Amino acid sequence: MTEEKNMEPLWWGLFSAGGVVAAFLVPIHIIIFGFALPLGWISDSGTLYRNWLVKIYLFVLIALPLYHWAHRFYFALNDMKLGLPRQPLAVLCYGGAIVGTIATVWVLLLL
Amino acid sequence: MSVVRPDKSKLFYHELPPSWWLSKRSYFLFMLRELSSVFIAIFLVVFLIQLYQLTRGPEAYAAFTQKLSSPGWIVLNLITFLFALYHSITWFYSSAIVLPLRIGEREMPRNLFVALNVGALAVVSLVILVLFLALKG
Repeated sequence: MTEEKNMEPLWWGLFSAGGVVAAFLVPIHIIIFGFALPLGWISDSGTLYRNWLVKIYLFVLIALPLYHWAHRFYFALNDMKLGLPRQPLAVLCYGGAIVGTIATVWVLLLL
Repeated sequence: MSVVRPDKSKLFYHELPPSWWLSKRSYFLFMLRELSSVFIAIFLVVFLIQLYQLTRGPEAYAAFTQKLSSPGWIVLNLITFLFALYHSITWFYSSAIVLPLRIGEREMPRNLFVALNVGALAVVSLVILVLFLALKG
């Protein structure tokens, strides 16, 4: 329990950093990758993602909002009073974000 | 900086039903705001899978992108886009409360703060779009 309390500022920092990234960067990416590319408005050779600056940018874009999700989803489910056990839920949410971060690093290194 | 926290087991808690957030518009909007993060996370995971396809070759990447053109994905992305905008707006409003900007002695009006952030969102989005179009190859 004390460890959980000490970790709180870290999770909160990641939550708000992820919130900022999601607020400013995500909408245009939904337009590009959710609509423009699939519907053929524009094409993409995929060479851009080999650039290291782009990789760092993509890491920030993908990984940080996952912590934002973890924090919000965990507290929203708690607030919904569904009777879900707190600790496994926390492990699932924050652990999910950590797994997502590792997966992001792995994919970006492969590119 | 030590705060005495009351022992929760000794406090009286009024039990809420799981549907409490449906009982009032503002509660419902709060839950929608929290839920926006789920849609954003799903979009980012799909985006990551799309990038992973590139490691399997340009054909796999093109095939996956093609798959995303089905009506189901387009509808999901449309919903996600609306949720993302809702997140942006509500985030700017919370920022106005948490990190108020001051003009001299006075606090900047919240609506002006939000409007400036919406402007910044538009500029950032345009810059990303132009950079992407210029560099995508």
